[in-house]
Amino acid sequence: MITKRIIPCLDVKNGRVVKGVNFRWLSDVSSPVELAKFYSDNGADELVFYDITASSDGRKIFTEVLRETARNVFIPLTVGGGISSVNDFERVLSCGADKVSVNTGAIMNPELIHEAAKLYGSQCVVISVDVKRVNGEFHVFSRGGRNDTGIEAVGWIKRCVHDGAGEVVLNSIDTDGVKKGFDLEMLKAVCNSVNVPVIASGGAGSIEDFITLFHEIPKCDAGLAASIFHFGEVSIMDLKLRMKEENIPVRL
Amino acid sequence: MIAIVNYGVGNLFSLKSSFSAIGQKVIITSDPEDLKDADRIILPGVGAFGDAAEKLFSSGLSKPLISEARNGKPILGICLGMQLLFSKGYEFGEYDGLNLIPGDVRAISGVIPKNLKIPQMGWNSLKFTNPSEIYSRSKKGSYVYFVHSYAAFCPSEYITATTNYGADLTASVQNGNIYGVQYHPEKSGNVGLDILRSFCEIEVK
Repeated sequence: MITKRIIPCLDVKNGRVVKGVNFRWLSDVSSPVELAKFYSDNGADELVFYDITASSDGRKIFTEVLRETARNVFIPLTVGGGISSVNDFERVLSCGADKVSVNTGAIMNPELIHEAAKLYGSQCVVISVDVKRVNGEFHVFSRGGRNDTGIEAVGWIKRCVHDGAGEVVLNSIDTDGVKKGFDLEMLKAVCNSVNVPVIASGGAGSIEDFITLFHEIPKCDAGLAASIFHFGEVSIMDLKLRMKEENIPVRL
Repeated sequence: MIAIVNYGVGNLFSLKSSFSAIGQKVIITSDPEDLKDADRIILPGVGAFGDAAEKLFSSGLSKPLISEARNGKPILGICLGMQLLFSKGYEFGEYDGLNLIPGDVRAISGVIPKNLKIPQMGWNSLKFTNPSEIYSRSKKGSYVYFVHSYAAFCPSEYITATTNYGADLTASVQNGNIYGVQYHPEKSGNVGLDILRSFCEIEVK
């Protein structure tokens, strides 16, 4: 049976891992290569690397970090941040990324998903969406969660999947950093609308939040988190043992 | 030396890194001479069967590959590379494969329940059905990483492991010195590296 995936997310800036709480402040955690190896050795099913550098120098450092990680870590690696063209896909895929996650880049250039899927296959195109409730509607936000695009989220995600996105990372801005659980209502709306894997992101504060996620939304394929793993509040191995106890399919 | 066949399909950085990580000398090559010199050959691949088969046949690499296979050199096809070892593929049409293993490659949508997502993407466990040297280090029920919408359908004597995704799907195959894995050993953590290690230890005849 295919297992539910547990995915640590590493935000990388100037060659170091940082994590934004509600996207506002950042604190340095560790070396990306070391942290990636640690997670891989301790049960992570996949890793997400997010490049939050703005400068081209920073981008070069990120690419080098990525290459060094792919030389040492042998689990699937998704890379996002600053992906706005097919050239960006090429740049990270040639350094060892398996999947590429697009966020603002797809909003700015809606053809990007289709073009990338045609060139590299849907299995490596991930649509990452930051979503927040605005007047009772789910809105897509761009630019790291700062800008309300006014686009309705479920319709947007359906369109991206139709265009060739093979996986969805749904990040709820409403629950991100709050640590009181994933945004089940938002996740249900998305999981019931698409037939590609959906990764839940934003809000995990404890092991039980993952258990609730997989019990309440069996269609959800994976749970993603950052700081609770980085700061050792939740160990992936403990989490997976607990999932097994709860009869949630898990790789141990 | 291990030669990874480069016929213009997919990215080979991780695959090369995984062999380096287990201490193997490895080259990525599109030179037929390298296939002759190598101790073992890896046939990788991602994308669609027809497109990849056409690239492989027009690259001038299929003939040396087939002759090395007939000479008894260990060959490992990975993912689409495994699918290309078969006689035919039915992805967007009907295409000839290398015909090194009897059988064909068809959509998994024909055999799995409708509610399951396609592709199968993620970690699934192996059930060993026939002995194979590539599993000399592997434990029963080991998890490996899959990404596929198509699978090989062939006589059970060639199947060395299956995986269950609503139905038993071919996970790996062997026909003498020809080996194939549907999953990605280079993305399957230590379990995957062990499978590659075992492949590298197969005696070259």
